Amino acid sequence: MKKIGKQTISFDSPPTILSTACIVGPKESQGPLASYFDQCLDDEFWGEKSWEKAESKIIKETVNMAIAKSGVASSSIDYCFAGDLLNQCISSSFGLRDTNIPFFGIFGACSTFVEGLSLAAIFAESGIENLLCAASSHFCSAEKQFRFPLELGNQRTPTSQWTVTGAGAAVVSKSGTGPYITNITPGKIVDMGIKDANNMGSAMAPAALDTLITHFKDTDRNPSYYDAIITGDLGHIGKSILIDLAKKEGYNIKSNYNDCGVLIFDQEKQDTHAGGSGCGCCGSVFSGYLYKQMQDKKLKKILLMATGALTNSTTSQQGESIPGIAHAISIEL
Amino acid sequence: MSNNPLENKQEYQKYVDEKSPNSPIYKNCFNAFWIGGLICSIGQIIMNICKTRGLDTQLSGTVVSIILIGISAFLTGLNLFNKIGKVAGAGSLVPITGFANSIVAPAMEYKSEGYVMGVGGKMFTVAGPVLVFGISASIIVGLLYLIFNTQSITLV
Repeated sequence: MKKIGKQTISFDSPPTILSTACIVGPKESQGPLASYFDQCLDDEFWGEKSWEKAESKIIKETVNMAIAKSGVASSSIDYCFAGDLLNQCISSSFGLRDTNIPFFGIFGACSTFVEGLSLAAIFAESGIENLLCAASSHFCSAEKQFRFPLELGNQRTPTSQWTVTGAGAAVVSKSGTGPYITNITPGKIVDMGIKDANNMGSAMAPAALDTLITHFKDTDRNPSYYDAIITGDLGHIGKSILIDLAKKEGYNIKSNYNDCGVLIFDQEKQDTHAGGSGCGCCGSVFSGYLYKQMQDKKLKKILLMATGALTNSTTSQQGESIPGIAHAISIEL
Repeated sequence: MSNNPLENKQEYQKYVDEKSPNSPIYKNCFNAFWIGGLICSIGQIIMNICKTRGLDTQLSGTVVSIILIGISAFLTGLNLFNKIGKVAGAGSLVPITGFANSIVAPAMEYKSEGYVMGVGGKMFTVAGPVLVFGISASIIVGLLYLIFNTQSITLV
């Protein structure tokens, strides 16, 4: 493991992502990627009494599924990294409290899933055998915490994004036959002064640009090196800003770039405005769709870059701007 | 527009404003107008019925409010009011129906935190500011009326 360039870490013996799993909610189950998800729920409560309990159950069952698929015994998982959007990351800690796996709760807003994969990869490279990472979000619990009660009859702005109900989990191992995590580029906090909590894509796009360009410079690669460059939840507006800004910096990513928040919903039919968001967005799209595309060898080299808006409802009410972050990992066969 | 929107925060805000679609204001106004008008017409119909049954104007007005609040709360409970509000916007928000919805919605949402701290404590999270500033404004208007009315100038 060595640091290359400004902020990228390159692995000498790249860790393998042994398995992934994802469970999504009813709206995601009607989206274009429905057939790739491991389990689709038809009820947002999933038989529980609160949204928070439902989200904990989603992450718990997703983790169990990922472990089962990996063929590694649950008792052989050495450490686990997980996070979500609810205060003090309770979905993850409540969901994983019965697993008996040493637990690191992590927070990177919607970038949490890739933050977890990055940390797991570093642990694996340091000699730890099996690691688990997971991230979740739930539309209803997120609306309740960040915005308004669901039953309130208000209108959403065209720039607002729809929090994905779902979770993604992955088992990362020191040894395996790929897909490998070859590089990670942890991102810096970038704040370009956007204050509109209903326009997260625009707030996060500059952070995504910073990480993207740093990654290319550090690794001496260019956009065409990758079969796909995928951001976490910039949505339709953030996606078009990133394409535009990258072009101004001399990188043309238009042909092989997409965003999980754009992929997961049908913008017109599902009325999701600027697209999906949340930890579960990148988590479920990678675990469901992208990982399977790599297994089928349809994608061989991808750059997964999860984006996060590091804000909460108190800071938005206090008129603070929204700092963004983006973490990138190269996953190759 | 500058060539580099990331040069400073103002440039970026300007760039983002150009990139972001605006709300469909004409469509929203049209829907708010006819749905808001419809709600008010329903109120007027109830009022006329009350009057023909022999109630005076003030009592009829109270009956209208009670019935509209009841319908709105019921539709909120059925998860239908938010679907109306999504189309109507201010059309269903400004009449008393919106006020009822803003109290019932958090009461439902926070039921999972118990009846005292959940339902009781959070019921007015949305309507609270409306009550505070509505009552404050009425006190100020009342004081002004009191002051100027003594000099026999009729404001209201």
